[in-house]
Amino acid sequence: MSRRAPLSENKKAERKLGWLLCAPAALVMVLVTAYPIIYSVWLSLQRFDLRFPDQREFIGLENYVTVLSNEFWWTAFGVTMLITVVTVAVELVLGMGLALVMHRTLVGRGIVRTAALIPYGIVTVVAAFSWRYAWTPGTGYLANLFDGSAPLTERASSLAIIMLAEIWKTTPFMALLLMAGLALVPEDLLKAASTDGATAWQRFTKVMLPVMKPAILVALLFRTLDAFRVFDNIFVLTNGGNETSSVSMLAYNNLIRGLNLGIGSTMSVLIFITVAIIAFVFVKLFGTAAPGSDDGERR
Amino acid sequence: MADIVLDKVSKSFPDGTVAVQDVDLEIADGEFVILVGPSGCGKSTTLNMIAGLEDISSGELRIGGQRVNDKAPRDRDIAMVFQSYALYPNMTVRENMAFPLRLAKLDKATIDQKVDEAAKVLELTSLLDRKPANLSGGQRQRVAMGRAIVRQPKAFLMDEPLSNLDAKLRVQMRTVVSRLQKKLGTTTVYVTHDQTEAMTLGDRVVIMRGGAIQQVGPPQELYDHPRNLFVAGFIGSPSMNFLHAAVEDGKLRTALGDVPIGDRIRRELEGADAPRELILGIRPEHFEDAELIDDEARARGMEFTAPADIVESMGSDKYVYFTVEGQRASAAELEELAADAGADFSGGGGNLVTRLSAESPVQEGEDRRVWFNLEKIHLFDPSNGRNLTLHEGRSAGTLGD
Ligand SMILES: Nc1ncnc2c1ncn2[C@@H]1O[C@H](COP(=O)(O)OP(=O)(O)OP(=O)(O)O)[C@@H](O)[C@H]1O
Ligand SMILES: [Mg+2]
Repeated sequence: MSRRAPLSENKKAERKLGWLLCAPAALVMVLVTAYPIIYSVWLSLQRFDLRFPDQREFIGLENYVTVLSNEFWWTAFGVTMLITVVTVAVELVLGMGLALVMHRTLVGRGIVRTAALIPYGIVTVVAAFSWRYAWTPGTGYLANLFDGSAPLTERASSLAIIMLAEIWKTTPFMALLLMAGLALVPEDLLKAASTDGATAWQRFTKVMLPVMKPAILVALLFRTLDAFRVFDNIFVLTNGGNETSSVSMLAYNNLIRGLNLGIGSTMSVLIFITVAIIAFVFVKLFGTAAPGSDDGERR
Repeated sequence: MADIVLDKVSKSFPDGTVAVQDVDLEIADGEFVILVGPSGCGKSTTLNMIAGLEDISSGELRIGGQRVNDKAPRDRDIAMVFQSYALYPNMTVRENMAFPLRLAKLDKATIDQKVDEAAKVLELTSLLDRKPANLSGGQRQRVAMGRAIVRQPKAFLMDEPLSNLDAKLRVQMRTVVSRLQKKLGTTTVYVTHDQTEAMTLGDRVVIMRGGAIQQVGPPQELYDHPRNLFVAGFIGSPSMNFLHAAVEDGKLRTALGDVPIGDRIRRELEGADAPRELILGIRPEHFEDAELIDDEARARGMEFTAPADIVESMGSDKYVYFTVEGQRASAAELEELAADAGADFSGGGGNLVTRLSAESPVQEGEDRRVWFNLEKIHLFDPSNGRNLTLHEGRSAGTLGD
């Protein structure tokens, strides 16, 4: 919208009411999130190691220089990015397949949905342990399948297993979000496409996907933000060994194990900034696809 | 272009619902056929089977002489228009109309030319770059029509295409559809709920009830010679009056007096299992103010006196509602029709709707002498709804011999 008409009195009043209605929720959010965020930023600007509490002092951006010039940070960042991109991409494809199956299933829809959601319902740490035991040579059924090798002791295979565990766990969630999107596609539209001469694949790509776009973007946003903060699976499966640490693992190790509040907070702030950037990019993408926008995708 | 033949086509859904039963229908090349019937009678299902959107449970469907039961919609070369318009929300009007052509892999220049042509016919040229969300209902409807006509398919299938429009627009679009079909000469099957559309648009009308065809014929024939109670009650607005009639001493005892019957009807009623109770049907326009009747006409009909409840002057004529005493006519068909129309179909002990000349001086509240035409009376067997006055497909009133 290039030109914006001045708001009428009515519109203004409506806006005011909108803000008033949001206020309580916004207030609670500020209390529970803004304080820790601001406190982290404050900590990240100090040299603050609990092992040497008397050396605490304000050092500006020095911690950021330390972290950003550290190769461990960048390795962890690369690992996190890799896990995020691969798992979200695979989950999108698998989740879409699963959503289509669940959408089409006419009998026992409830049971199929419940069954598909079980992995998501299991506590991540518990699931991670079961994966770890499965891949442990000698006792694990999966490790035995591969001649008793020890995949969790090598970097590439460890990462693969971490990603597998992540995908196994969150694909159902993706599928559920996508299924909500599928429900948005009117039956008549697909019938029209059929008579217009579209094959099943063309109906999917040219009719279903464009109509579902907002739902797909929501699903991708949720999952990307989630995946970027991957922690539990790595913690249980490799504990960050063989350069499989994610940025969250690294922050945890510095904060809790290393007791270095300054460096740990710096990492947390950097993770926060990255996540904010990802969210911003997605929201920009939404802008042109959201229902009711100028593009006229609303019906 | 092609003819469409349904040969004993049936459809039963997995849950056991039989939506369409043994439908036999031959639609000639270029013909405009209307499917009408109450809600849930299987019109859409029939159309979807022709389109290939629903599997055919049994029977055979031929388009252009070729069996197409197992062909996918895209291989049948038919175009469909939906009540919801089903426009692709992410595409512009131009892209919507070009979609079937793009799928058919035509080259860009041909596509543009065809789309422009169709847009001109439907007056959409100035809207080509808009998205469906920014169009009015009537415009969307025209885009849906445009998408159907660009590809010059073998047949058009339309499922209540005008039902979402307001009354005025519907009348306008009706003429557009009619003109378009005549111009293109494409075989068309058109589903509607609307009486007027059914009567004015089609070459032939198919009346369905509970998944079965009741009668097929040109609109006027269905109106004049309904084969059964259901068709008689469904076609016509206001609908036919139905009265209870008891067969006694070679006459019919009705709320309007004793109606004489001719030899042929008498013979039909002589059988041991012949019904003793009938339903007499007569359309509103076959009544007239007795004052305005000449002697010749008087001989062809009979008269009764009843109080006029309501007089509605339409300018060209008057609708007058009379109260008549007597038993209610009852039959399964009448109840079904009443449920569908939300109206009361059982005259006798209720209202009688008549259409009298505008010259009639009838006043509300007064007792009025009214004449009705015996040649236009229909008699129905309440047990199966059959029209007993029909002889060789023609209706000849009660007096025919
Ligand atoms: N998928 C389905 N499964 C089971 N029964 C169905 C299904 N689709 C339709 N029916 C039933 O088949 C019958 C015919 O449906 P259809 O949609 O053809 O009716 P219609 O004549 O088009 O009605 P309307 O005028 O309301 O559109 C109805 O009784 C309906 O309930
Ligand atoms: Mg229908």
